[in-house]
Amino acid sequence: MISKFTAFLAFTGFLFFSTPAVAQDHGHEDAHHEVVNHEAAQDSAMVVEDLHDEHGAHAEDAHSEDAHGSESKDMKSIVKETIDHHLADSYEFHIVGAVGFPLPVILYDGGLQVFMSSAFHHGESVVEAGGNHYVLNHGKIYKTDAEGTLNYDEHHHPTNEKPLDFSITKNVFMILFMAFFMFFVFRGVAKSYNDNLVPSKSAKFLEPLIIFIRDEVAIPNIGEKHYKKYMSFLLTVFFFIWFLNLAGMTPLGVNVTGNIAITLSLALMTFFITQFSGKKDYWMHIFWMPGVPVLIRPVLAVIELIGLVVKPFSLMIRLYANMLAGHVVIMSILGLIFIFGSWVASVPFLGLTLFLSVLELLVAALQAFIFTMLASLYFGAAVEEHDHH
Amino acid sequence: MEIPNIVGAGLIVIGAAMGIGRIGGSAMEAIGRQPEASGKIQTAMIIAAALIEGIGFAALFAA
Repeated sequence: MISKFTAFLAFTGFLFFSTPAVAQDHGHEDAHHEVVNHEAAQDSAMVVEDLHDEHGAHAEDAHSEDAHGSESKDMKSIVKETIDHHLADSYEFHIVGAVGFPLPVILYDGGLQVFMSSAFHHGESVVEAGGNHYVLNHGKIYKTDAEGTLNYDEHHHPTNEKPLDFSITKNVFMILFMAFFMFFVFRGVAKSYNDNLVPSKSAKFLEPLIIFIRDEVAIPNIGEKHYKKYMSFLLTVFFFIWFLNLAGMTPLGVNVTGNIAITLSLALMTFFITQFSGKKDYWMHIFWMPGVPVLIRPVLAVIELIGLVVKPFSLMIRLYANMLAGHVVIMSILGLIFIFGSWVASVPFLGLTLFLSVLELLVAALQAFIFTMLASLYFGAAVEEHDHH
Repeated sequence: MEIPNIVGAGLIVIGAAMGIGRIGGSAMEAIGRQPEASGKIQTAMIIAAALIEGIGFAALFAA
């Protein structure tokens, strides 16, 4: 019992100290911002150390009151940029400061072009691959000429052609990592039952969760008769979302479940499984609802058809928005420390960040549970057999 | 006069908040009346709240 509590404390402490690291994470990005006054940030020196390295020359010379207006505005845009950068997918896995590793870029542009993202040198170099030139601009790869010329439209978006991109980006990397991680963990859990029915090691922790999904989610919603077929999907989706949500709480800046493309594919899988397991009764309830006047049936059919699309759509939006909102809120509150620019502010805001981080741990599990729960509800509706007609 | 989108989103979020609030309140009352059914009530509560929450987020994204 004590060891569990210690582990919990250690984890909470880790979260607590990791949050400033997140803020620090993208310090070097800001070199091109003309930040004049870092007097404020100086007070929370630990956090913005590497900002100082770059702006050390400017840090001393602005103590006047009138500098504060523009300073806070600049700080705001820095905080905003940091948050945006943290939420976006990228071609390299950036950990802290200069620490990180490049990931392979895979482009399809008249043939497969493969090179490491380090070749871009953070967007400063033009990469030549297979006779074509590519340049990285604001996290996107554009086709360009040898000089790296980009043409802009009136909104300052490049109009250059974008090659088909199959790169192993940070999100893809995390998905693959999580897939392997889950494979080994759950292989271990399954194997541990071979010689002894008493769970051991990771099975000790995961067995109650697996039983919970089976007994509280799958069986009540899908029914004793059909639930087994869907257990693999429900368990996979539950642990995949949960683990990735938790990974999003680490300072690695992983934002996989807060990416609408990933939640879209999860929702699409749910949608297709639901439709393909739809029994006669399911389709009858959609197109020709029994037990209501005949005139109303077509109206109900239209509503039910809209419902077909809305269900996975709401699955997609709910997970995406919850995770994204969680990240944005935590990072914004952390950013307030820099905007207020006083060490006094850092105490309550770090406390608030800790509180929200712990809340996010709850949300991480809750969203995984809700996704699984609603998916099983939809499956249950698809396989349900009525006896009233 | 044109009303900005964000006002509509705000109205929808107020509505969603009221809905979730009522769900939570009613669930509390129900648990108070029948503590032994709290597990079932919680599940139903979370599902209903999640469905409403979806509308709230949809509104936020439309804005």
